[in-house]
Amino acid sequence: MRTIAIDDRAAASEVGPLDWPKELYRVLKQHEVRQMSYVPDAGHSRLIELFLADTDVVSNLLTTEEEGVAIAAGAWLGGQRSVLLMQSSGVGNCINMLSLATIGRFPLLMLVTMRGEWAEFNPWQVPMGLATEPALAAIGVRTLRADTPADLVETVRSAAALAYGADQQVAVIISQRLLGTKQW
Amino acid sequence: MVSAVIGSLERRAVVARLLRDRDGLLVVTGLGSPSYDVHAAGDHDGNFYLWGAMGAAALVGLGLAQAKPDRTVMVVTGDGEQLMGLGGLATIAIAAPVNLVIVVLDNGHDGETGMQRSHTGLGIDLAAIAGAAGFAEAVTVTDRAGLESVARAIRERASGPRLYVVKVKAESPPRSLPPRDGVHLKNRLRTHLGFAVA
Repeated sequence: MRTIAIDDRAAASEVGPLDWPKELYRVLKQHEVRQMSYVPDAGHSRLIELFLADTDVVSNLLTTEEEGVAIAAGAWLGGQRSVLLMQSSGVGNCINMLSLATIGRFPLLMLVTMRGEWAEFNPWQVPMGLATEPALAAIGVRTLRADTPADLVETVRSAAALAYGADQQVAVIISQRLLGTKQW
Repeated sequence: MVSAVIGSLERRAVVARLLRDRDGLLVVTGLGSPSYDVHAAGDHDGNFYLWGAMGAAALVGLGLAQAKPDRTVMVVTGDGEQLMGLGGLATIAIAAPVNLVIVVLDNGHDGETGMQRSHTGLGIDLAAIAGAAGFAEAVTVTDRAGLESVARAIRERASGPRLYVVKVKAESPPRSLPPRDGVHLKNRLRTHLGFAVA
């Protein structure tokens, strides 16, 4: 199937790399997300910009990530779907608050950009990077990891269906390899 | 350190007054005594009681207020619970919901864990913090007249979020236990608001 592989490469070079933040925004809008909360993050910067420009979505800037878990529960009580954007370091801030989501079986969709795992320059990011997925599993949040842009879009689509349809608490883990190395 | 104001109001009477003729009010309670106080005033499908997730109450209220802009959401919580979610006051201030009211029953102590003195009992002024953050109204009330003004205010719309610190006695009335099943409480409120249960 060599020719097909060559054709794929040619196609990819014609259309350019997948604009995954825009695709994620599209998927989340298809799922009728009405509230978004976030802590500033380089990996999520474009997705944050897209939501901030959207007057149909209420966006909340947080002082710490756990606030977003509580806001998401309140949004659902009031009939709205939400999404919570954070970096892996923020997962550590959320642990006790996640008991609200799990014991109340509140739909929860978290998109977590990873630090401390791929070509990391800052050693202080490493401990929480190691702990991110085990900590989420320990409190009862399902993790779905994506390593490529195409996989990420499909993973978020699946995670949104799980969260809003099946009342699950899901964190999509966006690998640092996908995001690229931070320039120092 | 500024000196702490000692409360003289009775928490059960305060909550009962604020919930009298509640109309369409939606209520979120912080864990511990505020949940018992609101339950003691009469259980209601429009109540969502927290039994954990300390620091969540005001922010659950924010998410609910944003989803239901046509309803007033009143958060009833304690000084310890609100202190754990102090950053949330900044988040609420910039979100600026006009239909969110936070009532902090401030006895200056962490009652649920043995009545140790809290930060407010040692002089921290929660209303001043909320005011500095930009709440539309942030006041401390210490007497019946002040309570009546809060009861009137929560029935009106404001230009932004409001926080009322009500100074109450450090006492532990008999517990009045609301349901503790989070799924039940969630679905009860959603059904009350007309949303389907999965």
